[in-house]
Amino acid sequence: MFAQLAQITWMNLKNLPSRLGSSCVIVVGIAGVVGVLVAILAMGTGFAATLDRGGEPDRAVVLRGGSDSELSSGIGIEEMGVVESMEGVVLASRELYTVADVPKRSSGLEANLIVRGVTADAFAIRDEVEVTQGRRFTPGKGELIAGRGAVAEFAGIDLGAIVDLRQTEWTVVGVFEAEGSAYESELWVDLPVAQAAFRRGSTASSMRLLVDAPATIAKIGERVEADPRLDLVVIAEPAFFKDQAGDLATRIRFFGYAVAVIMAIGAVFAALNTMYAAVVSRTVEIATLRALGFGSGPVVASVMVESMALAVLGGLLGAAAAYFGFNGFTASTLTDTSFSQIAFDFAVTPDLITIGLVWALALGAVGGMFPALRAATLPITAALRGD
Amino acid sequence: MNAVGLVWANLHRRPVRTYLTLFSVLVAFLLFTMLRMMAVFFTTSSEITAVDRLLVTAKYSIIESLPISQRSEILAVDGVEAVTHQTWFGGIYKDRSHQFFPKYPVEPRAYFDMYPEMTIAPEQLDAFQTTRTGAVAPAALLERFGWSIGDKIPIEADIYPQQDGNRIWVFDLVGSYRLQDEDAGQPPFLFHYDYFTEAAAFGRGAVGWYTVRIADPDRAPEVAGAIDAVFENSQNPTKTATEDEFARAFAAQIGDIGLLANSILSAVFFTILVLTAVVMHWAFRERIAELAVLKTIGFSDGRVAAFVLGESVLLCGLGGLLGVGVGLLGTPALNSMVEQFGLGGLRLDWPTVWQGVGIAVLLGLLVGVAPALLARRLTIAEALRRS
Repeated sequence: MFAQLAQITWMNLKNLPSRLGSSCVIVVGIAGVVGVLVAILAMGTGFAATLDRGGEPDRAVVLRGGSDSELSSGIGIEEMGVVESMEGVVLASRELYTVADVPKRSSGLEANLIVRGVTADAFAIRDEVEVTQGRRFTPGKGELIAGRGAVAEFAGIDLGAIVDLRQTEWTVVGVFEAEGSAYESELWVDLPVAQAAFRRGSTASSMRLLVDAPATIAKIGERVEADPRLDLVVIAEPAFFKDQAGDLATRIRFFGYAVAVIMAIGAVFAALNTMYAAVVSRTVEIATLRALGFGSGPVVASVMVESMALAVLGGLLGAAAAYFGFNGFTASTLTDTSFSQIAFDFAVTPDLITIGLVWALALGAVGGMFPALRAATLPITAALRGD
Repeated sequence: MNAVGLVWANLHRRPVRTYLTLFSVLVAFLLFTMLRMMAVFFTTSSEITAVDRLLVTAKYSIIESLPISQRSEILAVDGVEAVTHQTWFGGIYKDRSHQFFPKYPVEPRAYFDMYPEMTIAPEQLDAFQTTRTGAVAPAALLERFGWSIGDKIPIEADIYPQQDGNRIWVFDLVGSYRLQDEDAGQPPFLFHYDYFTEAAAFGRGAVGWYTVRIADPDRAPEVAGAIDAVFENSQNPTKTATEDEFARAFAAQIGDIGLLANSILSAVFFTILVLTAVVMHWAFRERIAELAVLKTIGFSDGRVAAFVLGESVLLCGLGGLLGVGVGLLGTPALNSMVEQFGLGGLRLDWPTVWQGVGIAVLLGLLVGVAPALLARRLTIAEALRRS
């Protein structure tokens, strides 16, 4: 049985080049499905990863009570003072968060770019932030540093350029990276300069806290809750970023699978077409094998293996196209809660390629099954006569 | 048998192959309709828009507010007929997820005068005008949450707490309104601006944006320029655009959905092009002898080529037509599926239908042209010898 199977399958695969034209129907069809599926999933994964990376468990975000984003939050100077002196707070950073309309490089249309006013504490808390070109801004001056994603997505945000944000001019003196997190989509400026330029007085939008241990965050939250002077919420950073991402990543994945399922239906028809044609062109050969005593099992298997081998080839091609075409491709979108542009890189991960290949195999199996069954049930005598 | 009959009969030579190919083409065009509907949804404004209305927003970002004092100055601009305002309230009803609908404090009568496409019973509008804590909601929202007139609706503020620190605003539902176009965007929950500006902890005397009705839509750019010129050197410079321009710019912020849809469709059509081309080539090769016979009995080279070309155009055209048709019939089902993602209200417009059919015919021509040329060049003697 297995010897038969191996022989017949091997013979079949060796003959493949002679059926090159029809075989490419399966390869191209499945490459299309897998390519599109992997590319769209890479978008969802890249977006989720960007917002995932921002959070550290020993860091917390402080917002005004009832607020769920830094944009809708605002905190007065007295409240900030109370929080800063709380037990367990190692470092506290007052931050002003606003958005400015800046044209995008791709469309030329204005989109919301985050401007964050910070002090040296912001850098001390976020040790992942690293200025890779130029230098940090000088406190008290109208200078800014731009995240890598902001530079990629927004027109005019270039090192050395002068940028007009809300009636004030700022010089881009540095470009920073932050391990691919959402901070890379922001512009950072000096807090007092920003407060003056954006007429915010001494208030800030939010605070970042570095605490001595992750468990402290809940304790600080309770103390804030109990303090009648404070109307604030304290959220651990990972939970905060998860909330900011909303269900966009889920939506993208849903969309990817929906498109891929429909394409897959089309590709299965194409695969069936090819394999029926392959069976028809080999009618005499298959009947001869069966007359020689080969069982129908190996015949079925050989057709299935051929179909699946072609499908995997297609899957590899599609995954390769997605990888070389889109891996690392930067895009940006408007997030629901932060109401600003978050830039992210498409991430074609090994997991996604595996998903793509599993799909290819499944489609190849379905596409090969019915033609294989037909090959196995061919009436031998009629087939040998060539009817 | 006439020419079309002959082409049709030829397609039925191998019915399995024809139907499988037809289904692949059908699926490709089904995907085409769905993706185009989505792209149209995002690129044309689904919000309520009219050509004679302009939006006046803060120049540097929509999130900045404008002083209410600008109202009378805008009204004084030549060509302006009426002015009213709205403010983004944010706010949460019940829980954060999936319950979102926009909420605006407005001037009741002026607002409904501005939007004639929103209809409300006159006595309800009177009640709205005279009830300080009154609110009205779109009829669809009453249905969705099971509200009825007279209910108290609690909204938790995320941006605007009340002066006493209370974050829960309670509104009395005094009416509901209907929209001419039931599918248009997310119609807002409206409440009294007077209540808002008196009770809110801050934001007093400020509004989010103005809506302006102009006398002559053709003069829109001129009037917009005139409004912006009034405030250019003030503390609160403005940016004025038509409602439609505004909605488009906002849609573009989500990302280039059109580009995404077109990239996927390119992959789909490339795949389907290769698949059908291979199939049509098989069909041609099988029939070389028949074509030679046709030529022998007097059919011209051109007629024979036309038969071959007609076959692929018929196959692709039919597949395209069926695909678009299935898309049309499946739109309600698709809408109920994507509703959870806030995408409800997809619809198929005629340009998409014609585009689809046009692309299908073009595909048929592209696919058929090579075998048709081969058929034309076929010499009788050689063709009969080869088979």
